Amino acid sequence: MKKDMNTHEILQKYGKDAENLLALLHELQNTHEQHYLSAENLAAAAAHMGLTEGYVYGVASFYTMFSLKPRGRHIVRVCQSPPCHLMGSTDVARELIKVLGVSFGETTADGQFSLEMSSCLGVCGVAPAMMVDDEVYGNLSASRVHEIIEDLRRVK
Amino acid sequence: MSIYRTHILVPVDEGTVQAGVFEVKRRLEQKITEQGLGNEVKVVESGTVGIVGKGVILVVYPERMYYTNVRPGDVSLIVEEHLLKGRIPPTLKYASLDIQGGLKSLHNTGLTREQKRVVLDKSWKMSPEDIREVLATGGYKAVEKIFTEKMTPEAVIDLIKQSGLRGRGGAGFPTGLKWEATRKAAGDQKYIICNADEGEPGTFKDRLILEGDPHKLIEAMVIGGYAIGATKGYIYVRGEYGLSIQRMQQAIDQAREYSLLGPSVLETGFAFDLQIKIGAGAYICGDETALIESLEGKRGNPRIKPPYPVTNGLWQMPTAVNNVETLANIPEIVNRGAAWFRTMGTDKCSGTKVFTILGHVEQPGLIEVEMGTPLREIIFAYGGGVAGGKKFKAALLGGASGVFLPEKLLDVHMDFESLKENKAVLGSGAVLVMNEATSIPDMLFSILKFYAHETCGQCAPCRIGTHQLLQLAWKLREGQGRVEDIDTMLNLAETMQRTSLCPLGQSVVAPVKSAIDNFRDEFERAAGHSEIS
Repeated sequence: MKKDMNTHEILQKYGKDAENLLALLHELQNTHEQHYLSAENLAAAAAHMGLTEGYVYGVASFYTMFSLKPRGRHIVRVCQSPPCHLMGSTDVARELIKVLGVSFGETTADGQFSLEMSSCLGVCGVAPAMMVDDEVYGNLSASRVHEIIEDLRRVK
Repeated sequence: MSIYRTHILVPVDEGTVQAGVFEVKRRLEQKITEQGLGNEVKVVESGTVGIVGKGVILVVYPERMYYTNVRPGDVSLIVEEHLLKGRIPPTLKYASLDIQGGLKSLHNTGLTREQKRVVLDKSWKMSPEDIREVLATGGYKAVEKIFTEKMTPEAVIDLIKQSGLRGRGGAGFPTGLKWEATRKAAGDQKYIICNADEGEPGTFKDRLILEGDPHKLIEAMVIGGYAIGATKGYIYVRGEYGLSIQRMQQAIDQAREYSLLGPSVLETGFAFDLQIKIGAGAYICGDETALIESLEGKRGNPRIKPPYPVTNGLWQMPTAVNNVETLANIPEIVNRGAAWFRTMGTDKCSGTKVFTILGHVEQPGLIEVEMGTPLREIIFAYGGGVAGGKKFKAALLGGASGVFLPEKLLDVHMDFESLKENKAVLGSGAVLVMNEATSIPDMLFSILKFYAHETCGQCAPCRIGTHQLLQLAWKLREGQGRVEDIDTMLNLAETMQRTSLCPLGQSVVAPVKSAIDNFRDEFERAAGHSEIS
């Protein structure tokens, strides 16, 4: 990911039509060091597209994939949909809370992990499942969750 | 082009990528070269074969031999024993546990049992990343046919109407009628949108079509655009589907190169182009009017209907919104005719349906079979039955907006009409199987949690109703509920059905009512734990 690309360069890639707003917000968030949309990001997007800041905030806060507060280096998203629930996602969630020491919607003190709930990830054949950043993990158990998080902790 | 005696398909999807498919593929190619088989054996990356949760899968043709859970370390054995010496290594696990080596039985067991594949027909026979392979296997023939046979847009619409194709997103509206209404609506600019915002829990059929055969969707949208008079189409893909987005974009770029999209499709003067729009995580955007709002760059709040998108859609222009699976049927209908399509399925519900089989089954996965296939066959013959020898309790059909079906309805036929007669819905085709140990109040709680999270908040019945229902379900689950709460839940869900603005709030009643009607004793027992009652 091009972390060094500045907001101005990103804005120039998108037209001024509001239809590009979601795509623009995605890119601003993906390139932000803390994986979120800052107040400055929202203001810049609004100014670029000639929209009010309120409108842009309304859009950004509507969609689950956008975060309005800083997040950790890794984003752990646990699927909470009924198929995963049936196959034991509650245990997975409990284990993650224990291993990471944070609740859903929170970030670890060292800034390494943010824990989030997610609706169906579309990998129900391997339920229960979670996504860490862009990677999907399936057939989870409490011990497997442990392993995955430990592995991620090692590669600092 | 050289002729190979053996092709090895390497299905690439989210599941196999996670299991390390690329490393297996690399080793396979390396080993084949080392053994001097490079001119005899070809390794082909393909879309999904429908088997999930079984790690890396290889399918060897012409034997149609399935290897599952393949690890990089297994590759030498497969190459040396199978490809070189023609022996099947007995130590490797196959798709189904009850297959004992015999090649013949592979055709007819579980997920590898014979299916009727139309929309997923080619997704695992060629590389979705290479348009030349797509063209070589009959891709874009339908577009060619329309232009060489000089079919008028009206003739195309008529063909689709005659085929009896109905929307596969859940509602089952006749596709031909939708196209006709869009064509006839007044407007300078018209649009066709592919709804690939697949969010119904338990559904991943569209993802596998997007990943496995993106060109088929492009072909269908060119045909649809021509039929309704649109010059521009959008594919709205949910943001979580990274591989789908990447493959779809690649396919669009290739189609432009081959002049299958652009200012003059196949130099006929017909202009049509496609653009991908990426969602950002909102179940509600699966509703066509919410999707349109989102595509315009707004909050995904559904619009009040009527007017419908066919007259007032994207930027208030006439717009046809079709589901991925619906569109994927179009090219073959054009190629093979309406009569052929009607030979499959039932009278009122022609064609095939893709089902995802999940939960407590031996072989979770995806199949495509004729409309009207009995539920029992889907769960027991294809899904291998309930896992671990447990008893069947219920199946949740159609995802979160679906219904709980008890054992006595296992013989129901899976088409729109038969299900409706049994107060059920086909929905998106998700079949979630629950064994005897499952608590229905707990499952309903999970579904209501989903609704409470996904309500858009625009209308009061849904915004408040979903949270009230969740609270009641939570109390029941925790043993704090009262028997009266059960009827309060029904009442609330029915009120939401009558008063909510869009299908999200209106459909909550389906799981609530079917769970309570069929498993009332379980709810009463849960309530009985409470000291207050």
